[in-house]
Amino acid sequence: MSGKYISELVKSVPPSGIRKFFDLVLEMEDVISLGVGEPDFVTPWHIREACIYSLEKGSTSYTSNNGLLELRELLSKYISSEYDTVYAPDNELLVTTGVSEAADLAFRAIINPGDEVIIPEPCYVSYIPAVVFACGKPVPVPTYQEDDFRVTSEQIEESITAKTKAVVLSYPNNPTGAIMGRKDLEDIADVVNEHDLMVISDEVYDRLTYNGTHTCFASLPGMRDRTILLNGFSKSHAMTGLRVGYAAGSDEIIGAMTKIHQYTMLCAPITAQIGAIEALKNGDGEMKKMVREYDRRRRLVVGGLNKMGLDCFEPKGAFYAFPSIKSTGLTSDEFASRLLKEQKVAVVPGEVFGECGAGYLRCSYATSREELIEALARIETFIDSI
Amino acid sequence: MKEILEIIEGNPKIEPVASKIKEMEKAGIIRKYKTVIDWEKAGEEYVYAIIEVKVALRSRTGYDAIAERLARFDEVRSVHLISGDHDLSLTVRGSSMKEVAFFVAEKIATLEQVQGTVTHFVLRTFKEDGDILFEKEHSERLLVSP
Repeated sequence: MSGKYISELVKSVPPSGIRKFFDLVLEMEDVISLGVGEPDFVTPWHIREACIYSLEKGSTSYTSNNGLLELRELLSKYISSEYDTVYAPDNELLVTTGVSEAADLAFRAIINPGDEVIIPEPCYVSYIPAVVFACGKPVPVPTYQEDDFRVTSEQIEESITAKTKAVVLSYPNNPTGAIMGRKDLEDIADVVNEHDLMVISDEVYDRLTYNGTHTCFASLPGMRDRTILLNGFSKSHAMTGLRVGYAAGSDEIIGAMTKIHQYTMLCAPITAQIGAIEALKNGDGEMKKMVREYDRRRRLVVGGLNKMGLDCFEPKGAFYAFPSIKSTGLTSDEFASRLLKEQKVAVVPGEVFGECGAGYLRCSYATSREELIEALARIETFIDSI
Repeated sequence: MKEILEIIEGNPKIEPVASKIKEMEKAGIIRKYKTVIDWEKAGEEYVYAIIEVKVALRSRTGYDAIAERLARFDEVRSVHLISGDHDLSLTVRGSSMKEVAFFVAEKIATLEQVQGTVTHFVLRTFKEDGDILFEKEHSERLLVSP
């Protein structure tokens, strides 16, 4: 096939750089993978049990487009108690098929062709393609280790043009583990206000904050109606494959997103929504246990990487370490490819998440401690052999 | 403290925080470290039975005397004073059903305070002291994902 049937827009987007590593890893055996972007825990049993029970009872139908009312009511209560920001269950909350769908809807709901969206990098691999698919123009802004991988209000201001429509914030950050302080966000809020922009704030890792407090961007004064808050259950409750997330925002924005959602997705899977209800009602204990375990692994991995001479910034959220490998003289792609071939440890090269990620690796510590210890030993052997 | 205890309850081999653990050992909060063994997998055919024991109380000594006496037998792996129809619940281990049955008949049933016993042989153990013994669940994650 020549690809003549494929749209130019789709052709313009390169396949994800993660794919290459995925294919390489598949060919090998006994690989320890630090390349996984999801929890290694299975969804807590009480949540699975609630899903199973709902299937036994025959809950297999569509739900309302915006999701089960009980779930939206619980979400409203949860966000208001956690972040002191109130969203009406009826028209300001939309349950989606994972946060990815919510992000896609957010871009499509607000972007006119040619509108620019500022996206701090390194970041999750989907934002840029999603903006392109929505006929927008992504404007990447690099962040640096010197700034703890936080984007500054000055950087955002410098990137603003007459066409700028929105800013994406995704903290705690995948792949760096960076978080933003309240003051950092307040400065950004001032810029956003001044230039009349929207903010798409993906806070899916909010509960995985270890050192410091997570500030919800929408909770800042005047920001609620400028923010499309995205979150979900994948990371906090180990529910990645169940696909359930949500968006919160003004009536107008959620209405626009719901319009796309109702014609394209109809509703999030009912089984997953029921699982999410159980997670919100009774999931705190299990979640906190998982968070504590991540934190212990975080200290193990960051300590281990630094000890072997890889300069590793202290990640304060999510479940990734993002060490610099510049001292080895290898590019991150070379490092990752050789590490995989020679020591059978899979990591993801930083530039997959944006150009400024070059010279870094993303090491996920959502893996058992035994495996992490073994992986660290193998990485050290590899470094010694360079 | 609870956090540390929960961690080492799940995996006593875990490194650091040694000083705190030492303190808790000294204070008797951590009594001992145990190993949960799947004997069947090791090829050892142990037979376990849960024995319900009905006790006729002698004045003053209460349940303690009989319970402590039973607890001294190596064959007896656990002793609980329980509510309900019976008074004591024992776990007894032997190398055959016959051995367990004779132990109960000769060493337990014959005790003066013991009014009666009911023996339940264990056919299969699914969970032992918080440890799941059947195949542990795991999700087949993609090895690399965004």
